[in-house]
Amino acid sequence: MLRKFFDFFFKKKSQVVESEKIAKEKQQKQGKLTPRERIERIVDPGSFHEWDMFVKQASTDLGLDKKFLPRDGVITGTASIMGHPICIYAQDFSVAGGSLGLAHARKITKIMDHAIKLGIPIIGINDSGGARIQEGVNSLAGYGEIFYRNTKASGVVPQISIILGPCAGGAVYSPALTDFVFVVDKISKMFITGPEVIKTVLGEEISMEELGGARVQAEIAGNAHFFAETEEECFEQVKKLVTFIPWNNRKKADPFPPKPPKVSYKISDIIPEDPRQPYDVRDVIKAIVDDSDFFEVMQYFAPNVVIGFARMNGETIGIVANQPLVLAGVLDVDSSDKAARFIRFCDAFNIPLLTLVDIPGYLPGVDQEHAGVIRHGAKILYAYSEATVPKITVIMRKAYGGGYIAMCSRHLGADFVFAWPMAEIAVMGPEGAANIIFKNEIANSPNPEETRRQKVQEYIEKFANPFVAASNGYIDAVIEPDETRKYVLHSLFISRNKEEVNLKKKHGIPPF
Amino acid sequence: MEEKKDLVEFVLEDSKYLTKLTTKYHRRRKYQPTDLTKLRAFIPGVIQKIYVNPGDEVKKGQPLLVLEAMKMKNDVFSPVNAKIKSILVKPGEVVAKDQVLIEFDLID
Repeated sequence: MLRKFFDFFFKKKSQVVESEKIAKEKQQKQGKLTPRERIERIVDPGSFHEWDMFVKQASTDLGLDKKFLPRDGVITGTASIMGHPICIYAQDFSVAGGSLGLAHARKITKIMDHAIKLGIPIIGINDSGGARIQEGVNSLAGYGEIFYRNTKASGVVPQISIILGPCAGGAVYSPALTDFVFVVDKISKMFITGPEVIKTVLGEEISMEELGGARVQAEIAGNAHFFAETEEECFEQVKKLVTFIPWNNRKKADPFPPKPPKVSYKISDIIPEDPRQPYDVRDVIKAIVDDSDFFEVMQYFAPNVVIGFARMNGETIGIVANQPLVLAGVLDVDSSDKAARFIRFCDAFNIPLLTLVDIPGYLPGVDQEHAGVIRHGAKILYAYSEATVPKITVIMRKAYGGGYIAMCSRHLGADFVFAWPMAEIAVMGPEGAANIIFKNEIANSPNPEETRRQKVQEYIEKFANPFVAASNGYIDAVIEPDETRKYVLHSLFISRNKEEVNLKKKHGIPPF
Repeated sequence: MEEKKDLVEFVLEDSKYLTKLTTKYHRRRKYQPTDLTKLRAFIPGVIQKIYVNPGDEVKKGQPLLVLEAMKMKNDVFSPVNAKIKSILVKPGEVVAKDQVLIEFDLID
């Protein structure tokens, strides 16, 4: 009796499932996994529940009525990652090039609405040639509805985009609106106008890889947050990220069992004696955080500032640190942009911020000024001032000028400010300062070089320390470098119930 | 820990730092002041028409040539009062961005 219903159901289902064989063949040729394989490798085994398997294309125009487009080219559903509930979708390039038609878009917006309503992260896997031209403006409408939800969901639920194929034209604005973008070498391609158009219109020749490949997006353009060599590596990164962030903006990230840092990382062994010698600030981070496990975000873009997640006493924190190893750790257009967006993510999702400061200032240059370093640099001031999560700052070796203010100083509302004994807190470095303050003495001296040396030394003794700032109360305590973890743990502990409310407003107007 | 060989000396406000540079830092273009004696293509395209000849005196704002790009025929106007010293392109020629099209002798 029931049998006939089942038979009909199985027949319908097998039509769709059969199409996965074609997907496998087509994707394999390009060295790619199928959308189903991708989902299954990201989520917990057996946890994926598919939605809208029988949705068909919305249009019958221009020959679409004669085509069978299984699932209209996108698999959607719910699942869990390491026990965290998520909504997920994956575009299927083997179905009409993964092109986005109206039904395809509505499947995506439906699962997004679900994620927003339930307060769980949404993960999108993009592998699409773009708009489905046969569906005309309906396809564009579909994109628009996705962007609208990306924006409405921003700061409400975490949004993750994984680019595993082409993602071009308007389509790439959905990932751009999400919080984290993952790319894979030789597979991901992102651009607004492709090499063909650039060639015909502008006469400039460039390959797809050089224009918008994974490396370019991760290192030069800064559109991607995570770069992987293979899809498998990418999926491991996605899983790791999901464990660090909360389900939504009303929750805190799930705690892990606390672990001490590895003994091989000791701050006093990492910091060189000579203040002009660099060190890798990531080693300092590893000496502070649980299990020395630092999950770096945007590793290749603007590496002069380091951002990422770690845990302390088992709880997620966000870290922003100047990197003396690259460009001496200056702030510039790219690093300000990078840090500011990360600070806002952490603030939106209740993740306390730890700022490690070793900054010589802003990068000088015509290119920087003309690229708008004023407004980009202002983003970091805005982001820190706006953030109401616990803010802990450790000034390590130096904090000069605008960089001192920008890196979560007391003046921008830091809750705790510590400095190491060797921290130089001043308007600029001793050499520059002495050259300005003692300009005449140096010029009129019978031995200018000797006078300069003396004056620099004089300045260092007077100002190149944390005690002027400490005597003004701008620093709460001068601490030994190896005590940093202890102080940060304590600060996090006592600020657990911090509640700070910004003035009531519709929204601020950050210097985007 | 890190390889020391990539480290370079980097001067900021008279202080010297040893540090690495980034690909993007290496790629940045040096600033070139605008040279008013040269008219450059603001966009790559094809020269459609040239209105002037060498030796002509032109006024600021006077159309000099038509540069077709992005499917648009763009009139290119003289940025200066000048005498045309030389014209370096011909109608039908494909030009690259920033290619010099016309040289001027400036008139105050």
